[in-house]
Amino acid sequence: MNFESFREKMGYQPVLLGVFALLASGALAWASGATSEAIAAAEAKDLRDSLSEVLPKGFADNDFLNDKLEIERNGKPVTIYRARQGETVRGAVFKVAERGYAADIQVLMAVDAEGKTLGVRVLKHAETPGLGDKIEVSKAPWIKDFDGKSLGDPAPEKWGVKKDSGVFDQFAGATITPRAVVKAVKGGLEFYGEHRKEILGEKS
Amino acid sequence: MSENYGSIMKEGLWEQNVVFAQLLAMCPTMAVTTSGTNGLGMGLATTAVLVVSNILVSMIRHTVSSQVRIPVFVVLIATLVTVVDMAMNAWLHDLYKVLGLFIALIVVNCAILGRAEAFAVKNGVAASAVDGLAMGLGFTGALTFIGLIREFLGSGTLFAQASNLLGPSFAFLEMKLPGYGGALLMILPPGGFAILGFLLAGKRVMEKRLEERAAAHAEPATA
Repeated sequence: MNFESFREKMGYQPVLLGVFALLASGALAWASGATSEAIAAAEAKDLRDSLSEVLPKGFADNDFLNDKLEIERNGKPVTIYRARQGETVRGAVFKVAERGYAADIQVLMAVDAEGKTLGVRVLKHAETPGLGDKIEVSKAPWIKDFDGKSLGDPAPEKWGVKKDSGVFDQFAGATITPRAVVKAVKGGLEFYGEHRKEILGEKS
Repeated sequence: MSENYGSIMKEGLWEQNVVFAQLLAMCPTMAVTTSGTNGLGMGLATTAVLVVSNILVSMIRHTVSSQVRIPVFVVLIATLVTVVDMAMNAWLHDLYKVLGLFIALIVVNCAILGRAEAFAVKNGVAASAVDGLAMGLGFTGALTFIGLIREFLGSGTLFAQASNLLGPSFAFLEMKLPGYGGALLMILPPGGFAILGFLLAGKRVMEKRLEERAAAHAEPATA
């Protein structure tokens, strides 16, 4: 029996499919093993870069990437990175998210020991290009408006976009996006306020 | 089976162009062509996958029976794209941050399975590789072209952030039209469809003109 006719046999098909599925899984397992270390290293570097972006230069002298603390917020754990100078915790960096126009906007924010914002950056969003993407620091300096703000300054009722009689600018054609970012940052500050002692490692 | 590489190239780049002639891969085309750089990046990544998948499919074309060829090809392409995705994430991380979103999209690009079915399964390895390259480059050209038009009309720039993709030495490609706010519509999906429509119409008109000219010349010359 030659190969041509053998190939059309009923038994050949499942075996062939099985062999290819096995080969494919093997290739994937091998590739995953070969790349996982490099991917983890690259992602750690990304995290370090974005953490360094929200913290002012020389603010911390510790390896804040490995000084982690997990606190539950609305049933989900939030990882908090602590920036220390010597032994004292001078600030904390953590992620907050708020529903934007299209999907959740992920925001990374750094807060100092007094509860003042040190820096805010948007990590990930799916807002309309050209309208909502002005929350990215590469597109507009808007996000820097949060620097130095705290829950008392401006007053809590002023924590909103101008349309809602707050102090933060909205963009032409996009109110929902900046509103979500303001809400995320405000929520982050409140969360920080509630857990301040725990984060700073102070005895209560 | 034509082993005429010149005509394979011509088919891929123009006559059977994935976007402009076959109208395949509309999903990545609309999603990615918001700027010239995005189009170029997606095109190049797709080209790489297309060449390798064509070669592999052509290599196994005698082993695979026609009844199960589609699932086998799908598994093959999905595996290939996943491996490329992981490898780029690991070793070309900066490029991956620009292109990462698009790599996974290559799996759903019907042009890849389309070429496996229409060409690689019937042709030799070398011809299939050339076909993959030609189709990929045709796709790259189309995406970059649509991307540039949409970017220029939509945000008033050309090749913005090209240095992220190609390296700092390509920063000279980046251009910005000063004092132009841009027409947002062009960046949004409807703008993509509108531009593609105009380009398709343009291509038809051009081909018709060329045909007429060829017919007019056919009498005296022996071309």
